[in-house]
Amino acid sequence: MSEMSPRWTQDPVLKVENLTMRFGGLTAIDSLSFNVGRGDITALIGPNGAGKTTVFNCVTGFYKPTEGRISLRRGRGVSDAMVDELTTSGNQFSRDGERSVFLLERMSDFKITEVAGVARTFQNIRLFGGMTVLENLLVAQHNRLMAASGYTIFGLLGLPGYRRAAEAAKEKAIFWLSHANLLDRADDPAADLSYGAQRRLEIARAMCTDPVLLCLDEPAAGLNPRESADLNTLIKYIRDEHGVSVLLIEHDMGVVMEISDHVIVLDYGRKISDGTTDAVRSDPKVIAAYLGVDDTEVDEVENDLDHDVAPTPAAPANAEGVRP
Amino acid sequence: MSSFDPTADTTPEGAERQDEERRRAAQGEPPFVEAATPESRLAGSLREAAITAGIVAAITLFFFAFRTEIAIGGLELTVRWPVWLSWIAIAFVGRFLLSFFLYRADRTKASGAAKGARGAAAVGLGKVLAVVFLLIALTLPILLDTLFPSQNRYILDLAILILTYVMLGWGLNIVVGLAGLLDLGYVAFYAVGAYSFALLSQNFGLGFWVCLPMAGLFAALWGLMLGFPVLRLRGDYLAIVTLAFGEIIRVVLLNWADFTGGPNGLLGIPKPTLFGLEFSRGEGSFSDYFGLDYSPIQRFVFLYYIILALALLTNFITLRLRKLPVGRAWEALREDEIACRSLGINTTNVKLTAFATGAMFGGFAGSFFATRQGFISPESFTFMESAIILAIVVLGGLGSQVGVVIASVVMIGGIEMLRNLGVLTDFFGPSFDPTQYRMLFFGLAMVLIMVWKPRGLVSSRSPSAIYKEKKKIGADMVAQGEGH
Repeated sequence: MSEMSPRWTQDPVLKVENLTMRFGGLTAIDSLSFNVGRGDITALIGPNGAGKTTVFNCVTGFYKPTEGRISLRRGRGVSDAMVDELTTSGNQFSRDGERSVFLLERMSDFKITEVAGVARTFQNIRLFGGMTVLENLLVAQHNRLMAASGYTIFGLLGLPGYRRAAEAAKEKAIFWLSHANLLDRADDPAADLSYGAQRRLEIARAMCTDPVLLCLDEPAAGLNPRESADLNTLIKYIRDEHGVSVLLIEHDMGVVMEISDHVIVLDYGRKISDGTTDAVRSDPKVIAAYLGVDDTEVDEVENDLDHDVAPTPAAPANAEGVRP
Repeated sequence: MSSFDPTADTTPEGAERQDEERRRAAQGEPPFVEAATPESRLAGSLREAAITAGIVAAITLFFFAFRTEIAIGGLELTVRWPVWLSWIAIAFVGRFLLSFFLYRADRTKASGAAKGARGAAAVGLGKVLAVVFLLIALTLPILLDTLFPSQNRYILDLAILILTYVMLGWGLNIVVGLAGLLDLGYVAFYAVGAYSFALLSQNFGLGFWVCLPMAGLFAALWGLMLGFPVLRLRGDYLAIVTLAFGEIIRVVLLNWADFTGGPNGLLGIPKPTLFGLEFSRGEGSFSDYFGLDYSPIQRFVFLYYIILALALLTNFITLRLRKLPVGRAWEALREDEIACRSLGINTTNVKLTAFATGAMFGGFAGSFFATRQGFISPESFTFMESAIILAIVVLGGLGSQVGVVIASVVMIGGIEMLRNLGVLTDFFGPSFDPTQYRMLFFGLAMVLIMVWKPRGLVSSRSPSAIYKEKKKIGADMVAQGEGH
């Protein structure tokens, strides 16, 4: 049964349908559709220039897609009918008790984080370098604190309601700092941290916005194996203990194959493969895209791969970049 | 490994170390040497100051101490020991201060956060300095009355002017220092505040205390109006549009003669009252009510305390806002706007609140300016004013409150004080008029400060929230925001 309909088709948290993004004459993404399962770690992979970051920017609202529908579903059992109804209504989102649907292509970037609950990190780390690590995490809780401070007025008067909220925000920041192994650096400026620590801080900061979907853009780029392992632990912790679905772009196949439940492979803005890690790893199209061979030679290459390196999960990482 | 010698350049470590030493030497830093026997900071500084004073004494002996003038029957020698000695004293004190606070200060670098001890000392010094400033400010009228009774009024007037600029600097600091939005047209809000009060009082007969909050509100409204068109602008473009905005306001004030009086300005703006008591002679005045002798200084003291209260209010609110989410969002906006948006922060609102809050304080200061002068005209609100206020903020250190105070005292007080340097005529001859050179000296001083402290006098940021230990953040970490 699960072979026939995997979790990401049964209960998707994010459903991307016919997403197309054109920059002038260039079609970066061409009618892409995929699902992100609730509670899954979904990896979006593909060779350089395949359009992965463009997909990310569309999902998180930094780009307005040319065509397509991106629906985020909070709460289990949101029917497609509910999504269709919202689509024809022209609203940005609809709520029905526990369940709610958000059409991300209609919302602006900060609304997507604030209302829909999608948080993201960046390929080139974007921290508030001159602010301390703790302050970075407090900024991430801006909207809740803003409401608690009565849009600054209660806060200015120092009312106890705001003080309690500020304490809670600090506690939450400290919670995430301890899980990102950054607690002893809490009072240091973010720009002072090492690269790996900055990556972890960015993830901790994104988690402070209380997301349901966390989008990580190449979280393991530039990390050493030990830091990668720490990162895997952190991502798994976020998924397992906080029920946050994770969508990540990654080039490090070691990370992808180890933690992903579901892998989507893009090439030239199209989806060429979609499935579990095992299914994707043995997909001839993926091998062809990564190694750059003609379809006629795929079988041959596949056989070679099986013989030489296929048993190790990191095999495709070696092949990465060999594409012509 | 027994023959391992880390200084030999045959080993990689040794070669690296030697290379490093060469590089250090090229930078003028001594290579690794044995630490010199520590000399106490005070003694060392005194010794250096004495040497400097000695050199100055020797060099200037024949220039300052003796002077020959053509007289009947030959030259006449005049001896000017006081001049000579005063220059020696200046050299001694100057060198001592430099040595003590700069050259012999702890060598820990002021970047990053790894300078706990010095950071803590700086925090302590900042606190002490703030308290001292505050005490002097609160008791200034009394101090002046006892110390300089003859110049009482002049210095008090200067203090009022300085405080006005402190307040303006604090207001602009919100926009430029915290939110990182370069605003070259800040004087527009100052003008809006001043004209709001003047027009409200003349057309509706309202008094200062009613108009003060209204002037702030109007200015905040204009801040929003400026904010909207510049939301999408960054960097140089933002600076140019704000500059244009400042000029538009001034030109409108200049040309809308029916309403604003045009170049003639507005006259007869009412003076502030103390719960209805006027500061004038006769019945119902302040002096009459309290049974005091009338003295024009009373009004100045009153004005002084008004602007002091307004400035302290500005400071209090700004410090408070920094610890609130809105203030943190301003600073986050300065650091990285895109990251702000990715965290669900509506950057439009953040920018608008920064512009409006900054403008509001400018408006308060403007209405105070109007009531102090009793007369306003567009000439008071030229670009030069914006430039001075911005210079105060930049010189003081972006985002620093104490820095703005020091910079205002130096800039506004300094320009005034340069008028009084009659002492210089002793050296440059009686034809030397220091007032003509004061802007030159002033420019030179600014250049020197910027060379010495490129990120302003107070160039470290103190965090708005602390987990365990408060550490200062060096300016090299802190982003400067848009338009720098």
